[in-house]
Amino acid sequence: MRVQPAETISTLGQPMSLELRDIHKHFGAVRANDGVTLRVEAGELHGLLGENGAGKSTLMKVLSGFIEPDSGAIALDGTPLTLRSPRDAIAAGIGMLHQDPLVFLPFSVLDNFVLGSPPTDRDVARAELARLARQFGFAFDADAPARSLTVGERQQLEIVRLLWLGARVLILDEPTTGISAMQQAMLFDALRTLAGQGMIVIFVSHKLEEIETLCDRVTVMRRGRTVGEATLPVPITRLVDMMFGEAVSVTGRPALTRGQVTLQLEGVVVADRLTALEGLDLSATAGEVIGLAGLEGSGQRTLLRTCAGLLRPTAGSISLSGQDLTDRGYHQRLAAGIHYLPAGRLEEGLIRGLTITEHFQLASGSKRFLVPWDEARRDAEARIAEHSIKGTVDSTAEALSGGNQQRLLLAMVPEEVKVLLMEHPTRGLDIASADWVWGQLIGRVERGTTVMFASADLDELLRYSDRIVVFFGGRVLEVLDAAATDSDRLGHLIGGRDVA
Amino acid sequence: MRGVWGRVGSKTAAVGLALIVTAVLLLASGASPIESFRLIWQGSVGNGDKLADTFMAWVPLVLAAAGLVVTFSAGLWNIGVEGQVVMGAIAAAWVARELHAPSAAIITVALVAGIVGGLLWGLLAGALKVYGKVNEIFGGLGLDFVATGLVVYLVIGPWKRSGIASTSGTDPFPTEAWLPTIGDKLAPIAVLLAVLGVVGVYLLMRGTFFGLRLKAVGANPASAHIMGISTRRHLLAAMAIGGALAGLGGAVQAIGFQHKLVPAISGGYGFLGILVVLLAGYRASLIAPIAFFFVMISVGSTQLSLRLGLNSAVGGVVQGTLVLLTVLVGGWQIKRSRLKARLAED
Amino acid sequence: MDATLATIVAAAAQLIYATMGETIAEKAGVINLSLDGSIMLSAMAGFAITYITGSVIVGFVAATMVSAVIAALIAFASIELKLNQIAVGFVLTLLATELSSFIGTAYVGARGTSVPHLAIPLLEDIPFLGTVLFSHNLSVYGSFVVLIATYLFLYRTRRGLELQGIGERPEAAFARGIAVNKLRYLYTVIGGALVGLAGAAYSLDVMFGWRENLTLNFGWIALAIVIFGGWHPMRVAFGCYLFGALQVVALKLQPVEALQGVSQILPIMPFVLMIFTLLVVYLDWFKEFGDRHPAWRKLLSSEPPAGIGRVFERE
Repeated sequence: MRVQPAETISTLGQPMSLELRDIHKHFGAVRANDGVTLRVEAGELHGLLGENGAGKSTLMKVLSGFIEPDSGAIALDGTPLTLRSPRDAIAAGIGMLHQDPLVFLPFSVLDNFVLGSPPTDRDVARAELARLARQFGFAFDADAPARSLTVGERQQLEIVRLLWLGARVLILDEPTTGISAMQQAMLFDALRTLAGQGMIVIFVSHKLEEIETLCDRVTVMRRGRTVGEATLPVPITRLVDMMFGEAVSVTGRPALTRGQVTLQLEGVVVADRLTALEGLDLSATAGEVIGLAGLEGSGQRTLLRTCAGLLRPTAGSISLSGQDLTDRGYHQRLAAGIHYLPAGRLEEGLIRGLTITEHFQLASGSKRFLVPWDEARRDAEARIAEHSIKGTVDSTAEALSGGNQQRLLLAMVPEEVKVLLMEHPTRGLDIASADWVWGQLIGRVERGTTVMFASADLDELLRYSDRIVVFFGGRVLEVLDAAATDSDRLGHLIGGRDVA
Repeated sequence: MRGVWGRVGSKTAAVGLALIVTAVLLLASGASPIESFRLIWQGSVGNGDKLADTFMAWVPLVLAAAGLVVTFSAGLWNIGVEGQVVMGAIAAAWVARELHAPSAAIITVALVAGIVGGLLWGLLAGALKVYGKVNEIFGGLGLDFVATGLVVYLVIGPWKRSGIASTSGTDPFPTEAWLPTIGDKLAPIAVLLAVLGVVGVYLLMRGTFFGLRLKAVGANPASAHIMGISTRRHLLAAMAIGGALAGLGGAVQAIGFQHKLVPAISGGYGFLGILVVLLAGYRASLIAPIAFFFVMISVGSTQLSLRLGLNSAVGGVVQGTLVLLTVLVGGWQIKRSRLKARLAED
Repeated sequence: MDATLATIVAAAAQLIYATMGETIAEKAGVINLSLDGSIMLSAMAGFAITYITGSVIVGFVAATMVSAVIAALIAFASIELKLNQIAVGFVLTLLATELSSFIGTAYVGARGTSVPHLAIPLLEDIPFLGTVLFSHNLSVYGSFVVLIATYLFLYRTRRGLELQGIGERPEAAFARGIAVNKLRYLYTVIGGALVGLAGAAYSLDVMFGWRENLTLNFGWIALAIVIFGGWHPMRVAFGCYLFGALQVVALKLQPVEALQGVSQILPIMPFVLMIFTLLVVYLDWFKEFGDRHPAWRKLLSSEPPAGIGRVFERE
C-alpha cells in the first residue's frame, strides 16, 4: 500500500481503465450478479444506475474485495486482479465509500483517519488531514468524536482518508442519501476535481437526476445484469426505460365508487433519519387504492409507518373513519383495523423457525388460553389451499419461497380489514405470484378495504392505483390521478424531473 | 430420516467423548473408571436411602431448569437464576422462622413465599433489562451476588445461630416447617411439585398461546411486535415465571432438604440448571430425565470421595464435559451442513 | 498508612492481571465468560506445577497456558463454529472450576515455593511511595507493567487502535483491510494468558497454596470491574484498587461486632456498581456531557465496544 499525497497524482502512472468481465455471484437461489460486464476509463465520472435489487451493491462489493465472485475477471489497466479481501483491493488502489460511511463512531476524527493505515507520525497525519480537507473545502475538528459528524461529513472524512491511502479508483455507493444540498454540491465538485486529476470514479446510484447532473457515462443495471450503456447527455426516458423496463400498456381498473372516508391525514408532519414529510393532507376512501411512487428512501416507507403507528408525527392528526388515532400506538391501530405488511418478509413479518400453523395462530390474536392444535392444523390446511401456498402445515417460514411467504403474510391478514398498508407487495416475486397477490388485494378492495402500497414497479403502480402519490427527496412531489397519467410522466416525476 | 440419525449420532459422539475424557482423568488420579462409575450408580440409585437423596436433589434442579426453559424461549440468558433460587429459599426460611401456625399452613405459605421471592427477583432482572437496557446476563449476575451476599449476611447476622455466629447455617427451622417425609428424606410434596413444574412448563410452552407468543418474541422480536404481540410484557412475564419456579426450588431446598438456611442454599442448582437446558436443546420434554441423570452423577460422586478418596468434583467434570462437547459437536455439525448446502448450490 | 496502601496495591495485583486480560479480549469484541473458572484452574495448575518442578517461573508459564487454551477454545467456538460466546464461556467456567477441584485435590495443603519478595534497592527508600510501590514482589511489579502496557498499547499505538476498531465495528475494520477474525483469536488468547497470570499470582503469591474454591468469585468480580471501568484500562485499574481497598477495610472491620453487616456488603459492591454503571449509560445527559468534554469522554465513557459478542461474517 503506497501512501501518495493527493497532489502528486498526475496522469502519468495512473491507470487508464478498469474492467469487470462477466461477473457472477449468487446468494442461495438469488442471482445477484448474472454475468455483469463493466468498463470504466480514468478521468470519466462513471455512473452505475439501477433500482434497488438490481445488483449494483453486490458488484461493488466484489470490486472492493468484500465478497468474492463465483466467476468472472477484474482487470486494472489490463492487469488481472485477484481480490480476496478488502486488503487486496486497498493494495490495488481501490477505495470504496459505503452508503453508511464505515466510521468508528466513538473514536475521534483523527483516529478514524489513521486507523488501518501504515504507521505515520500522528502530527504528520493531523497536518495531512487538514491539507486534504482544505483542498476540497471540507473542515474537520480532528479531535471531535466521529458520531458528532453528519453523514455528509463522515463521507468527506472517508474520501480524504481513501485519498491519503493512495486510492486510484474511488467507488461511491449511493452517496447522496441523507446529506444536505450544500454537502452534495461540495461532494460533486470534489468528484469532478478528482476525475480531472485522472482518478477512476464510479458513482453508484438509483437517482436519475444526479447521474444526469454529474456523470459523463452511465451503465444501467437491472435484475443482476447490465442492460445498457450510454454517454451523457441522453434523454431521460431512455434511462427510465433501461432502469424499469418497457412499461406495458395500461389496462385500467374499473372506476372507483367513492365510499366512506377511511384513512385521513391532516397536516401531518413527521420526520425520520432520512426523510421529512410536511403538511401532509390525504383523504382515502373505502375501496380505494393509493400507490406510493418514488425512489427508495424518498418517504414512502415513512408515510406507511406513520399510518401504522410505528412513527409518531410531530404535528397533525391521523384518523380512521372519523376516530382520532393520532396518539394511538401500533398495537391499538392494529386493533382498529390498520394492518401493516413490511417489506422485509423474514425480518419484520414472519418468524424463522415457526410453522405456518403457528403463524396463523399468532396472527389470529386469539384471546384463548390453550391453542387448539387440531383445529389449528385443519384451519391452516384450509387456508393453505385457499391461498395456494406451496407448503405444509408444518413448513417453517424460512423454508418457503418468497412468493409463498408473501401469500402467507397476506393470508394472515384477517378477512375484514379497514386499511392495508403494504411496502413492496410484489418485490422479488415471479409473475404468477405477483398476479395472485393483486387478485387477493383487489378482492379485498372490492369488499371495502383501503389499500396503500409502495412500489418501484411503474407498471404495477399505474395498473392498480386510483391515485398515485409521488415522493422525491423526502417530500411529496405530487398526487396524481392514475388514469390520467402515463409511465413517461410518472418516470420523470420519480426522477425528480417535472415535464411541463 | 438422516437428520434424526445425525442428531442421535452427534449426541452419542458427545457422550462417548465425555466418558473417555472422564475415564482418562480417573485413571490419571489412580482410580479405576469402571469402579468409579459403579460407585456413582450405587451411590445414587443403589438403595432406598440414596434414591431419596437423589430425588430430593432432582427437585430443585428440575424446577430451576423448567424456569430456564421459559426464559430461554423468550431469548433471554437468565444467569440470575441462582439468585432467584436463593431468594426463594430466603423467603421460605423467613416464613418458617416467623410464622406460628399449624404445619400445613406454614408449609403452604413458605412454598408460596418461595415462589413470590423468586418471582420478584426474576422480575427485577427483567425490569432492569426492559426499562434500563441492562443486559440480563450482567444484571442477573449482579443480582446473583447480591442474593448470595444477603444470605451470608442473614446467616451470620440477624438470623445467626443462638450463641455463635457460624457460617454453617442458621438454627434449624421448627419441625412444623419441615416438609413431611416418607422415611427420613424423601418428601413426596417436593417431588410432586417438581413434576407439576415440569409438566406445567411443557404444557405452557406447547399448548398455550402464551407459550407460542413467547417463542415468537424470543425468535424475532421485531416480527412479533408487528404481529401485535407486546414484547415487553412477554419478556417480563418470562422472567417472572422463570424466577417463580427457581424460587420454588429454593424453598424446597430450605424446608425440604436443609431445614435451615446455609450460605450455599442454592446448591449450585441454578447454574447447573442452565447446563441441563443446554444439553436438552432447550426442550422441556427432556429436562426431567437429563436433570435426573445429572443429580445421579452429583449425588453418586460423593461416594467417590468416601470410598476412593477422590474429589467429588469429578461429577461436575462429567457434567461440564458432556455439555461442552455436545455444544461443540452440535456447532460443528451445523457448520458442516451449511458447507454442504453451499456446495450443493454451486 | 503507607503499609495499608501497600497491602491494597498487592491485593489488587491479581485483579489487575485478570481485568486487563478481559479488557483486551472484550475490546476486541469477545466476551470471555470463563474468567472465574479459568482463574481457578490456572491457580491450581500454577501451584501444582511449581510444586512438582520447584520452579515458580515454570508454574507461572503453565498457568498462563491453561487460561490461554481455554480462551482459544472460546474464540474457536465463536469464530469457527459461530456458537454463542456466553453459552460456551458459561459451560467452560463451570467445567474449569470442577476440574480445578478435582485435579487439585492432590495438592491441597502442600507447601510450595512462592514468589520471592523483591524490594527495589534505591526506590524502596523513598518515604511513603517507597513502601507503597516499590517494596513488593515480582508479581506485583508485573501488575504495574501490565497495567501501563495495556493502556499504552490500546491508546497510544496503531495496533491498539485497530484492536479497538475490531471490537467497535468489525465491518469497518474489515473494510480497512484488517484481519478481524485472526486478530480476535490473538487478542482473546493474550487476554487469556493474562488471566492465567492472575491465577498463578493468586496461588503463588497471595494464598501460598491451593485449596478448593481458592479464588472464590474472583473472576466474576473481575468481569464486573471491567464493566464498571467502562473498558478503559485506567478506570478499570481504579476499580481494582478500589475493590482492594474495600477488601482491606472489610478485614479491618471484621473484629468490630457492630459493623458485621457492612463487611458482608463489601464483596457485593463491585456488582452493584456494575449494574449502576450499565443503567447510567442509558441516560442521555450522560452521553451529552461526554460529547462536550472530549478529554473526560474517554475517561467516563461506559459504552461497550459496539461489536462485542457478535459473530462477524463477511457477507
